[in-house]
Amino acid sequence: MDKLSNISSAISKEVACPFCGILCDDLVIQNRDETLKVLENGCHKAIAYFETKHVPSFPKINGTNASLSDAINEICDILKKSHNPLFAGLGTDVGGMRQVMHLADKTGAVVDHMHGNALIRNSLVLQDLGWITTTMSEIRNRSDLIIFAGTDATNFPRFFERAIWNKRSMFKLKNEQRQIVYIGDQLDTKAGINPNGKQPLTLNCKTEQIGEVISGLHALVTGATLDTKKIAGIKIKTLQSLAEQMKSAKYGVIVWSPSELDIPHAELTIQNFCEIVKYLTRFTRFAGFSLAGNDGATSANSVCAWQSGYPLRVNFDKGYPEYDAQRYSTHNLLKNKEVDSLFWISSFSSTTNIPRAAIPTIVLGTPETNLNFKPNVFIPVATPGIDHSGQLIRTDSVVSLPLKKLRQSPYTSVSSILKQVLERM
Amino acid sequence: MYIKLTNGIVYDPVHGINGEHRDIYINDGYITRKPSSNTKICKTYDMKGKIIMAGAIDIHTHIGGGKVNIARMMLPEDHAIDLVEKTELTRSGCGYAAPSTLTAGYRYAEMGYTACFEPAMLPANARQAHMEMADTPMVDKGAYAMLGSDDFFLRMLASKKDQAAISDYVGWTINATQALGIKVVNPGGISAFKFNQRKLELDELNQYYGVSPRDIIKSLARAVTELGIPHPLHVHGCNLGVPGNLNTTLETIDAVEGMRMHLTHIQFHSYGTEGDKRFSSGAAEIAEAVNKNPNISIDVGQVLFGQTVTASGDSMLQYAGHWHAHPKKWVIMDIECDAGCGVVPFKYRDKNFVNALQWAIGLELFLLVDDPWRIFLTTDHPNGAPFTSYPHLIRLLMDRSFRNDMLSTINKEAAAASTLASIDREYSLYDIAIMTRAAPARSLGLKNRGHLGSGAVADITVYNNNKDKEKMFSKPDYVFKNGELIVRNGKIVKVVNGATHTLRPEFDNGIEKSLKRYFNDFQTVSLGNFKIDDDEIVEHGNGKIIVQPCM
Repeated sequence: MDKLSNISSAISKEVACPFCGILCDDLVIQNRDETLKVLENGCHKAIAYFETKHVPSFPKINGTNASLSDAINEICDILKKSHNPLFAGLGTDVGGMRQVMHLADKTGAVVDHMHGNALIRNSLVLQDLGWITTTMSEIRNRSDLIIFAGTDATNFPRFFERAIWNKRSMFKLKNEQRQIVYIGDQLDTKAGINPNGKQPLTLNCKTEQIGEVISGLHALVTGATLDTKKIAGIKIKTLQSLAEQMKSAKYGVIVWSPSELDIPHAELTIQNFCEIVKYLTRFTRFAGFSLAGNDGATSANSVCAWQSGYPLRVNFDKGYPEYDAQRYSTHNLLKNKEVDSLFWISSFSSTTNIPRAAIPTIVLGTPETNLNFKPNVFIPVATPGIDHSGQLIRTDSVVSLPLKKLRQSPYTSVSSILKQVLERM
Repeated sequence: MYIKLTNGIVYDPVHGINGEHRDIYINDGYITRKPSSNTKICKTYDMKGKIIMAGAIDIHTHIGGGKVNIARMMLPEDHAIDLVEKTELTRSGCGYAAPSTLTAGYRYAEMGYTACFEPAMLPANARQAHMEMADTPMVDKGAYAMLGSDDFFLRMLASKKDQAAISDYVGWTINATQALGIKVVNPGGISAFKFNQRKLELDELNQYYGVSPRDIIKSLARAVTELGIPHPLHVHGCNLGVPGNLNTTLETIDAVEGMRMHLTHIQFHSYGTEGDKRFSSGAAEIAEAVNKNPNISIDVGQVLFGQTVTASGDSMLQYAGHWHAHPKKWVIMDIECDAGCGVVPFKYRDKNFVNALQWAIGLELFLLVDDPWRIFLTTDHPNGAPFTSYPHLIRLLMDRSFRNDMLSTINKEAAAASTLASIDREYSLYDIAIMTRAAPARSLGLKNRGHLGSGAVADITVYNNNKDKEKMFSKPDYVFKNGELIVRNGKIVKVVNGATHTLRPEFDNGIEKSLKRYFNDFQTVSLGNFKIDDDEIVEHGNGKIIVQPCM
């Protein structure tokens, strides 16, 4: 028995939470006999994840319990026979992703993340015209106008608490001076109510129409007059008044969440956000901010970029990296039968939908993973930030946080399993 | 286990050895004196006719951190023309101007470089910079933490905190971010841009804080001196790229009042406003000032023609320059009340007057600054050109007729406006060994690197003595890292992981009290998580930390 498990109750402070992209790092977590309890600063998501008890789970080969070593050997056999494997899911930390990249290079595989559709919506904008963006601490201290476009940030439960409604801000910006705006469909605007009770401005429109509304605003901020009374059901007068507010903002921010813009060619809507930001920056300061990065998506994208040169959806089949944001999606590759084995990784969330395909399938999942099929290999894995230490990159792609080991775990980390696979191949 | 390199021609400026036949002995990764005659030499390399130097050191190259990764993500077209296949030994990768980390490490080693230093590590992004550097194999690395537009520092300066407290903060930052030096970029200007200021002269005030770039440079230079940080304050000055900025640069030299200062990519800060196009070379004035002020060192940031990408912490001036983006896409970012960045792809054209003159200005600076110990060979990778163009640049410096041939192909007006044709100087191999080895090691305080004396780490590069210096420096015959042969005939033969160089300056940790308050009140990470443990570099990065002594 090692030291930690002899302590009946240990309290860890400044714990970073890996369960959404904003990585709140002020959690206080108690370990009592290897059961975790969030004592402070946990949102409902954090509580649910941190307080999940390990269920007993074993490596399985074709549904039958096996030793870890045999399961790893089976993985090696599958990968050796596979000409173009697909590494997908990729819910892991920086360390795990580093090994994924190494193994993908070695086996001539494709890499894609379970939130790949969301990731590429941003990548395509970055690669077409670029953008002006900001980070959470800048928003917290500077932003006097925050426009939520197509998102209400409820998937990032503490975003308002952490980045907007402050006890103190650095530049004497008071909460009542902050204007919150929502543009979109059926957004929950409660969090946007100022602590003093001031209601946010809400412009209702369908998600598909957000781009149109922003284009209208763009025209208005340039001084153009529009020959229509309404855009997407919103009065021009309302838009005109928002356009004036945008022009007079000292530090405006447009927040979007690429996964929630689940419409065809969402990149064009995101590009609308980025282009109005660029225009406004000609005379004031404005910036974009993307809320994303759940299940280690930002880390996976960043590690993929620095190790291969390209952001996600890279194919190593030819011995060098090839990038194609559309073609190399998990969905398309499986549908078009372009890959001949599937290696799914999800070490944070148990509820990801593992795609089914008639090819050899390997799953590294949390012990709680509820499988509705028998993959060729299943290995229960440790969760970074609970069962082992590690690092994750925040949604802004700038800040990264160290993750702590909070309890003893009978399970192995993704990076350690993949290292063993690499050694045995 | 002794290794002997015999019959080579050695250039080791630290020991005044200028092209002499010397044998070099290696034992356990270090260069040693000749062992006693009964010691067994396990391996002898005959280096007859070959040139031997210490491994080269790049003092300023953007190899890791957020802005480089933005450049990678933004430029698939840069990579598709420069794909690198995996081999038995090496991983695949790609990228001409913004290569993947592994590719960058391999390329540096294959060019005879054994250490590279990332000059613009934002404290808020330091963890990622170290992760990327950890994934840059072959070479040693290290980074300079960027300060000067971070709100904690500006608040201290504005409230007239005493210098000792500021030095404590600078020392704390070095420790917290595992840095080897301190850099300032457009001092206070990155912050000013967040308040919508669009330019900032040396004596102009940041509107919110009421402090000037001059105040910032002086305070940080003093902190660096007081902490005994070997590398002088690394300064990317005001007005980068602005015609007429040569005066700003001259005033900046005066501003430090004799304190040591390194002016980086000075080519971008050496512009006059003479001539019809109101753009001229200020190289002569700048070189004269550098020659006169022994406290000043510089690196050039040479421009070479072709497509590249500019990646800088200077969000203010990158924004101003975005109109020239090629292709037409660009990124500007405000970062964490800490800093910012701007990534703007750019194509330098030899027939364009301004670009051609930039090329000439860089070369004029190289040739007019007398002391090779105070001028380092850089292209500010990838801002002036990718680091892979160093061999070409070396040839331009060493071969006057080649240089004049090139000069005759550039924009005619620019060629006429430059004094380059009248400069006869050619760098010697000894000069090159100083500016790419001995001098950067000395400037960074790396005592056992950059030379070939007993006790030095056996980072050694061996070249065939080719008359064409571009060929010679493109493809070393042998490269040894820590005494191991890692490159033969310009190709990797063994993959190694370099170490990370850091410092541990002494400071009063009482500064953490006010930092803790600041982080609680204003930041979105906690103080404890901001700091980078050794373990994160060693355990999670497969790296090794080498703590260099302070002065």
